[in-house]
Amino acid sequence: MAAARQDLHAWFDGAWRGLLLGLMTLFVVNIGLMIGAVATSSFARRWLGTWLPEGWTTTWYTAAWKEFQLDSVLWVTVEVVFAVVFLALLIGVPAAYTLARRSFPGKRLLMLLFLLPLMVPPITYGIPLATVLYKLQLAGTIYGVIIANLIPAAPFVILVMTPFIEQIDPNLESAARVFGASTGRMFWHILVPLLGPGILAASLLVLVRTIALFELTFLTAGPDSQTLVVALYYAVFAAGVRAPQSVDAMAMVYMAVTLVWLLIALRFVNPTQLVSRVKEHPQPVV
Amino acid sequence: MTTAAAKSRMPLDPALLLVVPAAAFMLLLFVYPFLYGLLLSFNPKEGNWLANYRFFFTTDNEWPTIWTTLKLALPATLINVGFALPIAYKMRVKSRYQRWITTILVVPITLGTVLIAEGMLIYFGPKGWLSQALQFLHLYDGPIRLTHNYWGVLISLVISGFPFAFLLILSYITGIDPVLARAAATLGAGPKSQFRHIYLPLLAPGLAMCFCLAFVQAFSVFPSAILLGSPAGPTRVISIAAYEAAFEQYDYALASAIAMIMGLVQLIIVAAVLALRNVFYRGPVAGGKG
Repeated sequence: MAAARQDLHAWFDGAWRGLLLGLMTLFVVNIGLMIGAVATSSFARRWLGTWLPEGWTTTWYTAAWKEFQLDSVLWVTVEVVFAVVFLALLIGVPAAYTLARRSFPGKRLLMLLFLLPLMVPPITYGIPLATVLYKLQLAGTIYGVIIANLIPAAPFVILVMTPFIEQIDPNLESAARVFGASTGRMFWHILVPLLGPGILAASLLVLVRTIALFELTFLTAGPDSQTLVVALYYAVFAAGVRAPQSVDAMAMVYMAVTLVWLLIALRFVNPTQLVSRVKEHPQPVV
Repeated sequence: MTTAAAKSRMPLDPALLLVVPAAAFMLLLFVYPFLYGLLLSFNPKEGNWLANYRFFFTTDNEWPTIWTTLKLALPATLINVGFALPIAYKMRVKSRYQRWITTILVVPITLGTVLIAEGMLIYFGPKGWLSQALQFLHLYDGPIRLTHNYWGVLISLVISGFPFAFLLILSYITGIDPVLARAAATLGAGPKSQFRHIYLPLLAPGLAMCFCLAFVQAFSVFPSAILLGSPAGPTRVISIAAYEAAFEQYDYALASAIAMIMGLVQLIIVAAVLALRNVFYRGPVAGGKG
């Protein structure tokens, strides 16, 4: 009886593991094929209802480059993304330091203020923000786009950096203090070097997020300040107008841009250590 | 800056100044526009102060957008969190494959909703590989209707939302000290009871957080609802209604009102999740002698 029940348990465990593995495979394979379909289409000469296109060509890439003015779009994207990363770090890291090290009245309220932008749908604050930016004549300019993208980026930096800072031994700071370092000197000479990996991780994550963030850029961008994802949206949205292959070529350019940065990010950041750092133990229990 | 009077009363910690720029930025560019939008929503183009809200809740293609959005966002979030949890639990143990599998599962984050929409339009389309493969294998001959309807949007929400939920839950799970599970194992707990009695209670706050963040993403679905759904009908989500009010009718007051309603629904869901979490588990999250 007990043996039979154990058998049943083992069978159930196996089935469960198989189900998970199957779902994971289904998910990954279908996404792979989906991307493959876009890639194939972007190189296709003519592709109508067959497994593979009749011929291959790279002309769609040059066509997309010209049609969608990808050089200026890419340049705007680079400007926006790097400005957002730089400014988010500039205001986010010091704030994260204070939140990690000090306790003061109103700290919980402040945490709430930094958490809210991540908890509210971007469209909800994007529309009033766009209205205000139009009033200030900043909407439609690259500055407006940078400001809008900073709103989720700065809190994100704070959220990622606070645990990183918490795990740095405060004694190092006390030692620096003993030798008479001011807060500013201590920050640059003790904290920034120690925080290097954390800052790198946060900036790469913000970078990847900003490239992919659609709604806020869409609401605030003008014709000259579109980032790649918004330009791609307009291209897909107006699909009938242009050859679908050139839209696909543009989609591949977009994917290449984000993928490169994600792979760089994953090189430096272990995805499992995003929220909290783990104590490594020599022998995990299986 | 700080006045001399304040300093003489209590020595001000200069480190507190470090938080000022971030707080000022958020107040100026998040709280102020939000309040501005809230006030604007009560100043309609015509009618009394509630006219925008009355319009939204009495117009036939406006108020159902709330249900349309919830019908998409809730199942998508449940699917994402529901599958991310067991898979992340399996991946918690460090192994040769862990890093590879997590990387592969995380990569779709970079795709973004627009690229996913374009990919799905080709792949699930009438001449796409999926329908060709199904016909080739004689599994199903009819047309596949997975784009330009509810299912297309739901699938795209799962594709874009799952990696995020997985990544978040994985980092919460790996943040739990494995020593606790090992202690349970020495007392005879199998993987299943380790999960139920050690991991799940400790994960509850993280899971609630993850559910909220995943829900925000799904609830603000916009590009995929237009590109993959049928934005005039079954997938006219609330963000489309807000966008149309703002940028097609140029009625910023009405758009702000819809945006506020959207935020309110979102906050209700978040509050419900947090309340549910308290019902589900109440007690210390760190180990201790009870």
